[in-house]
Amino acid sequence: MARAALMDFDKALELFEPVIGLEVHVELNTMTKMFSSAPNPANSAFHVAEPNTLITPVCLGLPGSLPVVNGEAVRSSISLGLALGCEIAPSSRFARKNYFYPDLAKNYQISQYDEPIAFDGEVEVELENGRVFQVPIERAHMEEDAGKLTHVGGSTGRIQGAEYSLVDYNRAGVPLVEIVTRPIFGAEADAPALARAYVSTIRDIAISLGISEARMERGNLRCDANVSLRPRGQEKLGTRTETKNVNSFRSIERAVRYEIQRQAAILADGGSITQETRHWHEDTGTTSAGRPKSDADDYRYFPEPDLLPVVPSPELIEELRAALPEPPAARRRRLKGEWGFTDLDFQGVVNSDLLVEVTQTVAAGATPAAARKWWTGELARIANAQNVDAASLATPEHVAELAQLVDSGTLTDRLARQVLEGVIAGEGSPQQVVDARGLAVVSDDGALIAAIDEALASQPDVLAKIRDGKVQAAGAVIGAVMKAMQGKADAARVRELVLERATTD
Amino acid sequence: MSEITAEQVAHLANLARIALTEEEIAHLTTELGQIMQAVEKVGEVATPDVPPTSHPIPMQNVFRDDVVGDDVLTAEQAVAGAPEADGSRFVVSAILGEEQ
Repeated sequence: MARAALMDFDKALELFEPVIGLEVHVELNTMTKMFSSAPNPANSAFHVAEPNTLITPVCLGLPGSLPVVNGEAVRSSISLGLALGCEIAPSSRFARKNYFYPDLAKNYQISQYDEPIAFDGEVEVELENGRVFQVPIERAHMEEDAGKLTHVGGSTGRIQGAEYSLVDYNRAGVPLVEIVTRPIFGAEADAPALARAYVSTIRDIAISLGISEARMERGNLRCDANVSLRPRGQEKLGTRTETKNVNSFRSIERAVRYEIQRQAAILADGGSITQETRHWHEDTGTTSAGRPKSDADDYRYFPEPDLLPVVPSPELIEELRAALPEPPAARRRRLKGEWGFTDLDFQGVVNSDLLVEVTQTVAAGATPAAARKWWTGELARIANAQNVDAASLATPEHVAELAQLVDSGTLTDRLARQVLEGVIAGEGSPQQVVDARGLAVVSDDGALIAAIDEALASQPDVLAKIRDGKVQAAGAVIGAVMKAMQGKADAARVRELVLERATTD
Repeated sequence: MSEITAEQVAHLANLARIALTEEEIAHLTTELGQIMQAVEKVGEVATPDVPPTSHPIPMQNVFRDDVVGDDVLTAEQAVAGAPEADGSRFVVSAILGEEQ
């Protein structure tokens, strides 16, 4: 594959205005599929399964089988539509999208066409640099996912060169909501970052609603990015490309940036953009041409005769609207204000995906500063070293208890880290670990004074310096006392007592 | 009244991956045209005050509970009727570059 010429990103922005449009597919985590009572692999209970073991005759389109709509999937779709600020259609229906490809056995996909369940929304998206965009949503519609093909033969496992393909229909029929934006103008150089932040916001919304596992690496959340450029001053939109196979937040940003640079180079050279599907390659960080948009895109949609219209009652819509969680962007603003964090500290929490943990730890009684410190500091470090999620190491309740033990003076930071090790190792709650390992700070002044007097007596030169007013000399005595106490003392208290004993004797 | 053309038949055959000879296209063009004419009789009774409908029976909101059913197949059952399978997956000929 020849490497495409790329224009410098800043130069491309000088000459052209980028316009992006995003299609995001969200797999719902209902127990069963959209139109069949087969277990849904997008629900974590069925995530691991052998090929073709999560299917019913409906998933295979066997003769005599009929689809029936999953009521829970409809509720989830309405909730998602409302969270996207959409109108909910008083009546919507399903349609057949006809195409011949073995990822669906029926030769059509059940989707929605002219009557989507939700339309005309708006989502607030905040970039890492603080810019806020209102992304216009054209529609959100319900459909079913397709099966998975494994191409066998050839050297790469990719389509080119494959001799045959193996089909697993476990994913066929998984409930999907496809969210389509209107063209997004005005992002300019932030277009790649906006694409990423938008998908990240959709993920946050889906998670806060509890309607999807929303894990990109598992394909619960998939994004197709449309990019076009128009010369500065031109009204008419340029020809767009649609980049598929973008499977991480980072890739979304890179893919949009790449397409801007690639298209700019072609246009500046007097060429024209082919309207086509392009595939993102994670390894090379490039896109390559896929199928051109042609008359093969003639899907001959028609109303699905096997399914009846969906007519949600106003009562149901209001019930679901009342149950909506706070929008992610508003929630972040509120938390940042309540916690009194700097932009940097707050972004650190968000970027480490620890917002939920910190929130719960604060709710469990820790100060926001302590909750942030333990999660983004010690726990994130250990999680990174063990290659696991920080959230899997300790519960918010345990972290809050640990923070309170430090606040009350029972533990120093150093001791608290040892206690945390015990908690992670499964030795129980922080208090249990303190008791079992005997890690509490010695707060008995009598024991401290005995150790201080001994240290002062053995270092008469230091004692003399302190009495001469050279307070900084006390460090040596404090060190000796801390060592004698095996670290289980509060250094500030020891310092107080050292100065007291040295000067009042 | 819409006419079915040979080009439309060839286009549909291409979409459906069916190879047709010129004779077959001509034959099907005539047959599909007759079917279309028969169906279009509906238009004679559908006056402007009759709204188009996709469902003749006024029913709506037929939903299923979100509960796993007892008709889940084993992989062996799933591929039992397949022309070719590898034991648990369907084997199909490789189709180039046409993922939807």
